[in-house]
Amino acid sequence: MNDLACSPNQETFVINLGPQHPATHGVLRVKLTMDGEYIVHAEPVLGYIHRMHEKMGENRTWAQFMPNTGRLDYLGALSYNHGYALVVERAAGIEVPERAEYIRVITVELNRIASHLLWYGAFVLDLGGFTPLLYAFDDREHILDLLESVTGSRLTFCYFRFGGVYNDIDDNFITGTRAFIKRLRSRLPDYHNLVTKNVILINRLKDVGMISAEMCRRYGATGPVLRGSGVCYDVRKNEPYSVYPELNFDIPVYGECDSMARYMVRMDEIEQSLRIIEQGLDKLPEGPVMAEKAPKIIKPPVGDYYAAVEAARGTFGIRVVSDGTNTPYRLKLRSPTFSNLSLYGEACQGMLLADALALMGSLDLVIPEIDR
Amino acid sequence: MALLEIEPFRLLIFLGGLIAFAALNAAYLVWLERKVAAHIQCRIGPKEVGPFGLLQPLVDGIKLMSKQLLVPGGVDPVLFKVAPLLVLVPAVMSFVTIPFGENLAARNIDLGLLMIFAFASVNVLGLLLGGWGSANKYAVISAARAVSQNVAYEIPMLITVITMIMVTHTMNLNEIVKQQEGMFWHWYLFRLSANPLMFVSFLIFFVCSLAETNRAPFDLGEAESELIAGFHTEYSGMGFGVFFMGEYANIVIGCSLATVLFLGGWQSPIGVASGWWWFLLKVYTLIFCVMWIRWTYPRTTLWGLLNLSWKVLIPISLFNLLLTGATIKLWSFFMGAA
Repeated sequence: MNDLACSPNQETFVINLGPQHPATHGVLRVKLTMDGEYIVHAEPVLGYIHRMHEKMGENRTWAQFMPNTGRLDYLGALSYNHGYALVVERAAGIEVPERAEYIRVITVELNRIASHLLWYGAFVLDLGGFTPLLYAFDDREHILDLLESVTGSRLTFCYFRFGGVYNDIDDNFITGTRAFIKRLRSRLPDYHNLVTKNVILINRLKDVGMISAEMCRRYGATGPVLRGSGVCYDVRKNEPYSVYPELNFDIPVYGECDSMARYMVRMDEIEQSLRIIEQGLDKLPEGPVMAEKAPKIIKPPVGDYYAAVEAARGTFGIRVVSDGTNTPYRLKLRSPTFSNLSLYGEACQGMLLADALALMGSLDLVIPEIDR
Repeated sequence: MALLEIEPFRLLIFLGGLIAFAALNAAYLVWLERKVAAHIQCRIGPKEVGPFGLLQPLVDGIKLMSKQLLVPGGVDPVLFKVAPLLVLVPAVMSFVTIPFGENLAARNIDLGLLMIFAFASVNVLGLLLGGWGSANKYAVISAARAVSQNVAYEIPMLITVITMIMVTHTMNLNEIVKQQEGMFWHWYLFRLSANPLMFVSFLIFFVCSLAETNRAPFDLGEAESELIAGFHTEYSGMGFGVFFMGEYANIVIGCSLATVLFLGGWQSPIGVASGWWWFLLKVYTLIFCVMWIRWTYPRTTLWGLLNLSWKVLIPISLFNLLLTGATIKLWSFFMGAA
């Protein structure tokens, strides 16, 4: 190993970042060709936890695939539940009661905040600041407790059903969520004072890790990565689904294209999600949480269906082809981080190792969702 | 006291005392660090082993010692084993001149300050050899970083120390402390008549000692999110433990020097009851600040670190040197005229 690093006639050397490395947050491997501390070439190597979710989908009934969706992006599992529920409901023509739609939006947004909080902690940890991780986990714990009380699980949720949700929310959840909104609003200024305004953090993120809108388009990057490049694209606004059109919220967009922009987008999204949850709780109608006419055995008519949702990391698209039987003929998942990671090789060329890792952190990678 | 007068006894007592002090510090600073970190992070920290987890360092030590001394294939066996000692031994040696109290220094050497800096420069050699001998690319990168960092920060630190020597006229640490006798405004930190930029001097010295000891936010050598564990990636058991002891011993040395030079050493801030307790209190307060900084700030990059030194600290400390010289000249001119 030392030969490569030291031999005089070799100007570059290769280091493996991962599959076990503190910065890759999972079993991602990046093969880095380095010239000193500069990156000449970076190649993400995937497949360490590939579980063939798409193939699994072809082998089980429509309803049986729902738990799989919670195991793609385990940090924002409800969005993936939502995407799958949407596409099957679209295919089978199932109407969802309004109360269920609101509950879906409230829980998905809570999950989005939980995901962003975890990203925030892990990102600052990548930059060498350990303490914010614990603060973020403290707040995230409250969300997980709330979600556990209605969904029964804390991480790999399987809460949505075709035609609604499986469990109604109760008063405890509503008061608990309101208390949490108040709590997080009082904590966010602390986050900004401790981290966002820190001069070391600003120096490390400002004008570092540039990702242009054009590069995002070429690689299909979405979510906060795209919005940090100045493109206002959010499925919740651009192709509205569920009850998002009835709710009032903004899409944070920063045009600086650097790691700081992506950081700010996510921090602002936490605030916007709080707004959405607040409005959702105010407008929450009475009624059933499950469509009465929802069939027990789903057999969507023959056809090709697509639905997309805005997950915490970007656009999660799901396409299903039905041949009219009780199992999907083909199921294709379009996961956001796969596209977001694809641009990493190009984006980090010529960067210093430390900056490249800050860039990787700002992409918010969840490996099981890349290798699905 | 009579026993201390007899030379061989004195040597033995101080040798044992210093080694015990360094080892206890290393053990209990780890405990303190974990406790401080925990409380900063709304946690409790070690609490299971003994009251307040006070026996935790003992158990950790036993664990480290019982581990196999693994020497990975392909390493340079000599360098690999020597490197941790090269970090620890100079750090412990530096304790020899530290004046814990008025008569409580192993050796009252006239060039004590110079000796500490001579030993401090050996420390980086240990990091370099450890990184190089490990036959690990992360370790090599880390070793290169540690060297450039240490070179960059020794310069402003030494320039600042030179300004202090110009003010104190001596390199004898005990002498420097004695000059700061009286109320706390006699401390060199507050002697603005000697150098109007004394606070800046202290800040530069403190920042440089953070960088010299590879502490956050300057812990580029062991940036875990980039280089896994840097130069000690391949070390396990006591090899790792000795590196750690060296690091903490260096922190104690850095904070002791800051205390001696700027905060009056063992002098009491109110002029009465001076003694080693004041020295330790001041040192541990500084060490607490070091830990506080580590658990608050993210890490800088290597470039940011070098820029800070070469573009900010060195020019300021050079200006500081000039100003101190001018101030001394001015005072002697006025005194001479009077």
